Amino acid sequence: MPEAPARLTEIRGEGEAAIEAAGSAAELEELRVRYLGRKAELTQMLRSIGELPPQQRGPVGKGANEVKRALEGLLDSRTSALAASELDERLRTDAIDVTLPGDPPAAPGHLHLITETRREIEDVFLGLGFSVAEGPEVEFDYYNFTALNHPPDHPARMLADTFYFTDEVLLRTHTSPMQVRAMEETEPPIYIIVPGKVYRRDSDATHTPMFHQVEGLAVDDDITLGDLQGVLLEFARAIFGAERDIRLRPHYFPFTEPSVEVDVSCFACNGTGTLDRGARCNLCKGSGWIEILGSGMVDPNVLGFVAHNGYDPERVQGFAFGMGIERIAMLRHGVPDLRLFFENDVRFLEQFGR
Amino acid sequence: MRVPLAWLRCLCDPGLSAEELGERLDLTGTEVERIERVGVGSADNFVIGKVMSAEKHPDADRLSVCRVDDGSGEPRTIVCGAPNVAAGQTVAVALPGAVMPDGTELGEAKLRGVRSSGMILAEDEVGIGGDHDGIMVLADELEAGAALTDALPIADEVLELEITPNRPDCLSVYGVAREVHAATGADLAQDPAATDAGATGGSPADSMVSVEIADPDICLRFTGRVFEGVGVRASPEWLKQRLTAAGQRPISNVVDITNYVMLCTGQPLHAFDLDYVRGGRIVVRGAKEGEQMVTLDGVERTLGADVALVCDADGPSGIAGVMGGQVSEVSGATSRVLMEAATWVGPNILRTSKALGLRTEASARFEKQLHPELALAAQRLAAKLMVDLCGARMAPGTIDVYPSPAKPRVVALRLDRIEQLLGARVPEKVVRRILEALGFEVQSAGDALLEVTVPTWRDADVQREADLIEEVARIHGLEKLPITLPARERAVGRLTPRQRLRRRSEDTLRDRGMHEVVGWSFTSPQALERLRIGDAPSLVLANPLSEDGSVMRSLLLPGLLDAAAHNRARGAGGVGLFESAHVYAPDGPLDAPEGSPGGLAPAAERHHLAALLTPVAPGGWRSQGRPADFYAAKGLVDALGATAGVELVAEPGSRPFLHPGRSAAVLAPDGGEIGWIGELHPLVAGAWDLEEAAAFELDFDALSEAAPGPAAYRDLTSLPAVLQDIAVVTPEEVSAATILALVREAGGELLISARVFDVYAGEQVGEGNRSLAIRLEFRAADRTLTDDEVAARRDAIESALGSIGGRLRG
Ligand SMILES: [Zn+2]
Repeated sequence: MPEAPARLTEIRGEGEAAIEAAGSAAELEELRVRYLGRKAELTQMLRSIGELPPQQRGPVGKGANEVKRALEGLLDSRTSALAASELDERLRTDAIDVTLPGDPPAAPGHLHLITETRREIEDVFLGLGFSVAEGPEVEFDYYNFTALNHPPDHPARMLADTFYFTDEVLLRTHTSPMQVRAMEETEPPIYIIVPGKVYRRDSDATHTPMFHQVEGLAVDDDITLGDLQGVLLEFARAIFGAERDIRLRPHYFPFTEPSVEVDVSCFACNGTGTLDRGARCNLCKGSGWIEILGSGMVDPNVLGFVAHNGYDPERVQGFAFGMGIERIAMLRHGVPDLRLFFENDVRFLEQFGR
Repeated sequence: MRVPLAWLRCLCDPGLSAEELGERLDLTGTEVERIERVGVGSADNFVIGKVMSAEKHPDADRLSVCRVDDGSGEPRTIVCGAPNVAAGQTVAVALPGAVMPDGTELGEAKLRGVRSSGMILAEDEVGIGGDHDGIMVLADELEAGAALTDALPIADEVLELEITPNRPDCLSVYGVAREVHAATGADLAQDPAATDAGATGGSPADSMVSVEIADPDICLRFTGRVFEGVGVRASPEWLKQRLTAAGQRPISNVVDITNYVMLCTGQPLHAFDLDYVRGGRIVVRGAKEGEQMVTLDGVERTLGADVALVCDADGPSGIAGVMGGQVSEVSGATSRVLMEAATWVGPNILRTSKALGLRTEASARFEKQLHPELALAAQRLAAKLMVDLCGARMAPGTIDVYPSPAKPRVVALRLDRIEQLLGARVPEKVVRRILEALGFEVQSAGDALLEVTVPTWRDADVQREADLIEEVARIHGLEKLPITLPARERAVGRLTPRQRLRRRSEDTLRDRGMHEVVGWSFTSPQALERLRIGDAPSLVLANPLSEDGSVMRSLLLPGLLDAAAHNRARGAGGVGLFESAHVYAPDGPLDAPEGSPGGLAPAAERHHLAALLTPVAPGGWRSQGRPADFYAAKGLVDALGATAGVELVAEPGSRPFLHPGRSAAVLAPDGGEIGWIGELHPLVAGAWDLEEAAAFELDFDALSEAAPGPAAYRDLTSLPAVLQDIAVVTPEEVSAATILALVREAGGELLISARVFDVYAGEQVGEGNRSLAIRLEFRAADRTLTDDEVAARRDAIESALGSIGGRLRG
């Protein structure tokens, strides 16, 4: 069979051309059967190699196998190339509108602004070494007034219009009752803050009968008014910005002596009292300062009520303060009306507490 | 307290503007609420004039045409409508260009054909008093053309001060002047009450009236002076101006003197027409229960037994320290006056004024406990004015009933203690200077120890060393304090596990799309009626602002319903709301122990977590909205249980406000009930204008108590678990909880979880049946389970189900 090598060259040429020209996986499968299948000429040639004269068997076998491997390789590479482009094509037609919203839709909930603010205040004081204590809102006169140095018929009782259940039981008018409760419970030193609801019998544009306060109490053997100033400065800067200053103004509270009110420098006008274009700053009414809380050194009479638990006023001393959460939140977020806090309109609620 | 600056400057003038003075007072403890300008804006064009002639206007009966010398040399014509204008008077004149208190500028005008260039002024036209019946007639020695402000402070400023209850001494202009003196170092004028008038009358005071304090518990001191030949008339302009600027209405010289002395010294006075003090006798006693009298304001008042009375021989003549009685009121016909300056017991006055709902300038001072010494000071100043302004003769002698004279208070002050409390040392000479400026007497009593005598006017407020330190601190200047942080050697700050769980629970609800609300702690009896729990015991306020807020809420649900209704009415129908707050219930009678309650609380107060869902629709573009049914609410409860690490169980159970067939009690692992879940009863939902709503409420305190501590490690990774899904077919009335309980029991120890993941009812399981698909997880701690072991447990489950008519499907 002198023509066999020539035929192999022909088969290879034809096969390669056909495979190159094939446009689908099906066509390639057909070509695989035609050139490499059981009945294919090449397969037949390999099968009948034994019929050749011995000296031709080697070269023809080798040549036929070479053609077979070449065609196989070409078929495989064409098959995967075609598969890849078919996948590409399929993925292209699978494209979606990526600008539609995700689903199910995000339904963000919100903490109330009071909760958000309370937590932030708590976190500042936690960092300063204070723990958080809570107490009852339905309170004894004893804790709300008497033990806070408001004896019966003391004029300071007029400062707070009080809700009563009986002569002895009331809704606390401040978070301060927890000062005495906490000192009855825990020996000095004590560093606590007390967030919670308080009540005053008052309802108008700037007063609601219920609101929220945070009380602070630190009693140790060497706490000074300077320490109070340092703690409240840290607080003011954490809440209102690092550039803030505070100032203390003397005041009167029955359960602190000396008593002070604390102002923070106005963050709207940077403490100047004047806005950019020379207008008077409304937030601080031109004074450059905004009152944020009341405080002072714990009155020795208050310590006297818990002296049996280690609070001898000659041995320990400390400070206390109280602030309104709503007031802090209003200042910080520009909320204009206290009543918004309690209407619970979702359009208000959704703005805060992410 | 309104302090007219012109008056204040006569007593202490630091040479500061009102604003500067206000700031200084603010920073030393006297809060200035605002600064008000009174009278005219500018004193320009207000001058003294002399009426040279006053003739009837040719065309108007009521008008006079006056020629007025204004000092310019050229008489000016002014048409004046006052009936009392007459030639020879010295008057106050506003020239054209003057700006009146209401801001209008005076021009020239023609009145009935006569050109008028200026105005002769009545009191009310320059803010001096309320009188508009006639023009002011001034002292003759004033010169024509002189500025009117030289004679009358027509342009004044008023400091409106907020005086704290501990400082009754600052409810007086002289008291404020003393503060200004201490705060600025400006000289303080002599106390106007330091000097006295001389007696000029005949018979001694105590021959005309006797005074007895029958009840020394209500009156510490009663002093009286008698004036005869009193001419009751209008006060001079300077006095009217001071009273008006201070917010008091001038009435007559005698009444004005009592008010003026009160404003100047802080001690209220009362003037009796002595001819109407029946029997010439004053008795101070407590009222008899139900006793009646008519006070100066014309109101008949019924008194309780607590009220202190000043009586004459026939009955009450005044409510002590609060308001005088009509019976002895000073009138135009009065000629003999008994001037009372008494010291009442503060708490009694406070109680009386609260009980009567009558708070007066006098009671506001007495309730803060005045010192008995002040009574005589006020008598001295009043006597001088009675003589000067009323032409009165003072009878010799002062009636003075003073059962237990007060002793001066001496307080020790350690200089070291100042440093200990303030954190800064204040030099001794500064301490002395401050205290002495405030009227304290300071003696050295040893090394760094001072002995300080408290002035009478500060006696109620300054009783201890700490009080003195406050005085030093506030005048020395709080801005001089150091800024330090506590050394905090033994304190750490952290949240308790309960507080952390509260935060995480609130976050859990927030993260599931819920909005937190803050509702009122009080609700209305009607709301509880609408919830069909009107008869449950609750805490009731004795003095609510209104019926709507008269009952303390025993559950959070009403506030959530109010909030949902509010939002629905404003177009936000689909909401998910939650609240985290206290609820209140009676815990036995509201009795208070004597002394400290020892940490007890008067009522049962619990922290609750509750939520309310109304349907949210539409959902997303390919997902459903969120229904507001039982399972939606239960999903939130399950989430809270997962947050707390507590497996909460719901079992059938209802509340009056819930759908009886779609509500459950929530149980803690110990079987205790800690809340409820349910769809709202349609009547309840309807009462809040809601169509459908589901809710839950949990006792957070109980949830927190059930929460486990730190988790102990379990080996769940070394050995594989075997998962098997089964479908359990039972009659549909068998509850999932029953099936799961059986499955768990039959599954034994190897079954570590069984979870429902599908529910099917339909043809394939037969009428009246339903199928629950349950995923079982088997695991052994010490070995890999064999198929046989798992098959045995599955068989056990299958046969257990037979006992409730159930079977495994497929
Ligand atoms: Zn500002």
